[in-house]
Amino acid sequence: MAKKNPKISRALAKNIRRNFVERLIEIALMLSGLIAVLITFGIVFILVTESLPFFEAVSLKEFLTSTVWTPNFEKKNYGILPLVSGTLTITGIALIVAVPLGTITAVYLSEFASHKIRETIKPVLELLVGVPTVVFGYFALLLVTPILQKIYPDLPTFNMLGPGIVMGVMIVPYIASVAEDAMRAVPMSMREGAYAMGATRFQTAVSVVMPAATSGIVAAYILAVSRGIGETMIVAIAAGQQPNFTFNPVESAATITAYIVSVALGDLEHGGIGYQSIFAAGIVLFIMTLSLNILGQWTRKKFTERY
Amino acid sequence: MSKIIGHEDNLNAIRVLIKKHKKNDRIFSYIGLFVIGSLAIALLVLFLDLVIDGYPKMNLEFFSNFPSRKPEGAGILSAWVGSALVLIVTFFVAVPMGVASGIYLEEYAKKGWFADLIEINVANLAGVPSIIYGLLALGLFVYEFGLGQSILTAGLTLSLLMLPIVIVATREAIRAIPVHIREAAYAVGATKWQVTLHHVLQYAMGGVLTGIIIGMARAIGETAPVITIGALTFIAFLPPTPVTDVAPFINFAWLEAGFTVLPIQMFNWISRPEHAFHINAAATGAVIIILTLLMNGIAIKLRYSIRKKIKW
Repeated sequence: MAKKNPKISRALAKNIRRNFVERLIEIALMLSGLIAVLITFGIVFILVTESLPFFEAVSLKEFLTSTVWTPNFEKKNYGILPLVSGTLTITGIALIVAVPLGTITAVYLSEFASHKIRETIKPVLELLVGVPTVVFGYFALLLVTPILQKIYPDLPTFNMLGPGIVMGVMIVPYIASVAEDAMRAVPMSMREGAYAMGATRFQTAVSVVMPAATSGIVAAYILAVSRGIGETMIVAIAAGQQPNFTFNPVESAATITAYIVSVALGDLEHGGIGYQSIFAAGIVLFIMTLSLNILGQWTRKKFTERY
Repeated sequence: MSKIIGHEDNLNAIRVLIKKHKKNDRIFSYIGLFVIGSLAIALLVLFLDLVIDGYPKMNLEFFSNFPSRKPEGAGILSAWVGSALVLIVTFFVAVPMGVASGIYLEEYAKKGWFADLIEINVANLAGVPSIIYGLLALGLFVYEFGLGQSILTAGLTLSLLMLPIVIVATREAIRAIPVHIREAAYAVGATKWQVTLHHVLQYAMGGVLTGIIIGMARAIGETAPVITIGALTFIAFLPPTPVTDVAPFINFAWLEAGFTVLPIQMFNWISRPEHAFHINAAATGAVIIILTLLMNGIAIKLRYSIRKKIKW
């Protein structure tokens, strides 16, 4: 019997091998897909395990409420608030610069610019997103701060204003592109409705398109905050690395990220409390940016579902 | 009669109103152009400043000298060699993994919690600050795996950063390919993997390449994670060469070597108080900027030309 149909059985055998190889490939691809999940778990695992001994030495209450962060002093004090205040102040300055400029750019590109202008400006914006932050740090310290010192002579070399402004400029293309995407997704029929009632472009943009795209625009702002909080090199270079519990932009201060860099630049003693403290700071940073990112993505998604 | 006069008045009022609103339109488009224009000019001035400041150092010696205590003779030899070697590692880790994940998510994964889990993670990883990857690498690669502060560690760290970019680019490129391309291949008896490898991936290649270039450009400029793993800022030696003249011609000793990269060298020079070092920093910055802008420019150009060329 088997001899009667040798061709078919050979084909079948080949088929089995074929299916087996296909299966192997699928499993290999799935494992690569899993790497993203593994990285997230890795981040959480490392941050928690490396900072656990830190929280045995420093109570959570002191960590979250003390306003003194002096890891290098003889009397060590670990209160995260000075680092948080620095982070929030610089991010705040950046937003004051980036939100109006970014929004205007987005409205202009989406509602006013001709096709040709938009196609020229968008790639340039994309280019700017690729500029390394260490270069922006150079500008903040050696170009923007000296200019600010001419206007305000008491400004110290290391301050939060200069890096904040530069960070704002850095974030503009980011806000502009996310907000513009949101506004372009508003259906044309809504604009046409407004035009038919005799509204001008500006009126349509402000009273029809922007309200319809609110969640997308807000998402752009939220994601921008998250970027500002996580930004490292600009502040590490230009804001000074001294923890300082203040919201005054003309003082120097350290951010969470700048602290991590300043410790990493020194001699890291594996297992020492200095080493552990950067992981504790890292947890705070990770929680802040992760919740903002989730919030941002959620708002953005809510927007796309509506139309 | 009085009614008609009232009508005239109304018309005039409306004309004035329209004129006013039209003026608003014009004013806003000027504001928009002004904002974009001044941003562009500000950034242009910044980059020109960088290039002009660094210009005196832009010569061959700058690329062939080690960093030194004397700013005049200092160069970026160890930094650019370090950057290049780190990028080689990053490329060989991030590209296969990123492309494979992208293929899995688009072509293989069935809709469900598992695909959702991966998707949510990829989206979040793209938003994690780079310094957090540095902390992960410090805890995991440097100490847990015992890889030390080596080129291998830095390459792996940067590949974590590059991975989401490659995954997203791969997925977008694959998603744009119409189903009938796949159906034609299935119709002549191809297996799923054959369809993916011979057809889907071929058409997606341009988009994938764009993602890879953008990811590599980002990896060149990344500073924070590499500092966090404890890379040295002063390196006056080169790692062992990857290619040797004795069999087997390739060695991997360089993977374990200490290193520095371009942005760290720049950061180090910015942090010095002497102005002469700032000139070196500017020159290094100009090199980094030109490299990243060039790569991003190529990637954007590539993307636009693909968008124009492909008509299904």
